[in-house]
Amino acid sequence: MKMNFGQRVPAFLQAGLLVATCFVSGGPASADGPYTQGALRNYNTYCVQCHGINRNGRGVNSRDMSVQPRDHSDAKGMGDIPNDEIFHVIKDGGLAVNKSVLMPAWGNVMNDEEIKELVAYLRFVCNCGSGK
Amino acid sequence: MKLSLLAALAMGLVAAPAVAADSVGTGILKSQCISCHAIVKPDNASLARLWERKGPDLYYAGSKFNRPWLEKWLQNPVRIRPAGEFYTKHIKGSDKEDVVDESTMAPHVKLPKADAEAAAEALMALTGPTDLLSKGAFKGEKVSMSMGAMFFNKLRGCAACHQAKPGTGGSSGPELYTAGERLQPDYIYSYIKNPQAIDPHIWMPTLNLAEPDLQRLTGYILQLSASEGK
Repeated sequence: MKMNFGQRVPAFLQAGLLVATCFVSGGPASADGPYTQGALRNYNTYCVQCHGINRNGRGVNSRDMSVQPRDHSDAKGMGDIPNDEIFHVIKDGGLAVNKSVLMPAWGNVMNDEEIKELVAYLRFVCNCGSGK
Repeated sequence: MKLSLLAALAMGLVAAPAVAADSVGTGILKSQCISCHAIVKPDNASLARLWERKGPDLYYAGSKFNRPWLEKWLQNPVRIRPAGEFYTKHIKGSDKEDVVDESTMAPHVKLPKADAEAAAEALMALTGPTDLLSKGAFKGEKVSMSMGAMFFNKLRGCAACHQAKPGTGGSSGPELYTAGERLQPDYIYSYIKNPQAIDPHIWMPTLNLAEPDLQRLTGYILQLSASEGK
């Protein structure tokens, strides 16, 4: 089922936990669900400032950026990037994959497990397959 | 009856020295500040707690701020974080990029001069854990502003989240054009080096910067106050 991502976006901030609960079989964060509540919260803490509350790369910081943040709702653009590369970019930053320094390394803030969960969350946001 | 009177007296005797020990400034902190700011190090340093807090922690204010700035700012508070604290609670989508939702921003408490001075004195006494900062780490060397700007804007990407000039740069972090007036040099150095060690789970990344970068960026930010903020 293709969802209208733009229309359900406000729920991410206003009722983020409720949304997460709906998608993890009605219970707490679960490895079986498409993403964990922890990943949602980490996204809303660290990623939204640049990638935006609509997950479209238009965060509050993006106005004056020389390189625009990636649009995480872009199924084609995100679908072309394998999971291990997304993991690498989050952990080690844009420079590690010859991209912009404006994407910082988050490996000192989130551990590997949290970053893996964030990758799974990004797959949910882009609605672009498993990335494997 | 006698017992309750004795109990009341005992409470009075116990309470009296405690009240006397509290300075006027500490009283102001307790009555006006602690609903939003922690003046004692919280036991809980989780991400959930970061979401719950309403303002930056002040239990290490004495290691962070410059007293003259505190006294001035408390009398005339001007927004330091363009998108508030915490930014994600104060933004909304728009046709273009996300914008600050001004309707969610509340003005900071404003103190009369005497209260501001007393509160500043009490805040400066809150120095936090002894190992919070790398004391004496900033060497105080002058930095070329053009070189500093290049690192700040392009090479290290600080401008993505911070403003070095009013109105230009990111909004999720505090503006830095008054940082030199506001903050102590070793605090700036230590925070850039490892923000998470000072402010757990904060939305500023730890960039593993080399020593020359830390010196250069600290010096640049300190000099911004003189060149841009006046």
